[in-house]
Amino acid sequence: MSIVERMREARASGDFSGLVAAIPYMASLGLEPVMVDGRLQVRLEASRIHVGNPFLQALHGGMLGGLLESTAILELALELAGDALPKPITITVDYLRSGRVAPTFADARVTRLGRRVANVHARCWQDDPDRPTATLIGHFLVG
Amino acid sequence: MTSATPLQQLREFLADPANRSPHNRFLDIQLQDLEHGRAKLRVPYSATLAGNTDSGVLHGGVITTVIDSACGIATLAALPERARIATLDLRIDYLKPATPGEDVVASAHCYKVTRNVCFVRAIAYHENPDDPIANCAASFMVTPLEVASGGPS
Repeated sequence: MSIVERMREARASGDFSGLVAAIPYMASLGLEPVMVDGRLQVRLEASRIHVGNPFLQALHGGMLGGLLESTAILELALELAGDALPKPITITVDYLRSGRVAPTFADARVTRLGRRVANVHARCWQDDPDRPTATLIGHFLVG
Repeated sequence: MTSATPLQQLREFLADPANRSPHNRFLDIQLQDLEHGRAKLRVPYSATLAGNTDSGVLHGGVITTVIDSACGIATLAALPERARIATLDLRIDYLKPATPGEDVVASAHCYKVTRNVCFVRAIAYHENPDDPIANCAASFMVTPLEVASGGPS
């Protein structure tokens, strides 16, 4: 079964376990996609393995980038009709607040879907979606 | 050890496993090289970190993480004294997919230090830096340790 078929199945059933098994990075880190009010959200039960700075107990910035990129790719893939996962071309991550070892949430929206390239914005937060921990803007190859 | 240079102090600091980043340890990221303003890190290939079981290509998050870490350590290695740093932003261009089964090296250069912000560029590659997987431009906030308590990120 292709990864996009797994994705459609996941959206239809709300069960993303088959999909996450096909994306080992998400399974290894514990990134868990769920549907909330019909919209995709990726959740992370942050623990010690996600910490970048052991003195500040702050989440690793690169790992938050991975969470945002995963979320952007899934959101885009859910909206696409193709058979391949979108490929990142360029991503820009802005770090707005330090991430604590606490439940972390991410979502994304496709700002433009072209024939070859899509522009996607993603954000992650811990307490309030309007106070994001980090945001991402990415261009993805969809053709 | 008052005679140790900041770079020597940083080497000793990073050599102590207690100071290693837990997430870098989780990904088995290793420091390969450290010079003034420059750092090279390696992440071994692992199928458990792939973005797709069909292709086996390492997930972009792994590339982002090893690049972010290399940029951070290059920044610490450019500063005249120990400081706390935090990534402000990070732009990564993915130039080609990583080859499944091959380790990835991230090589970073902190080319500009100012009082509050440091600027870094980095590339990720397998064996040949002239054939990169990814290119990065990043900036970091710097807080002197007298102001902040805690070690480098």
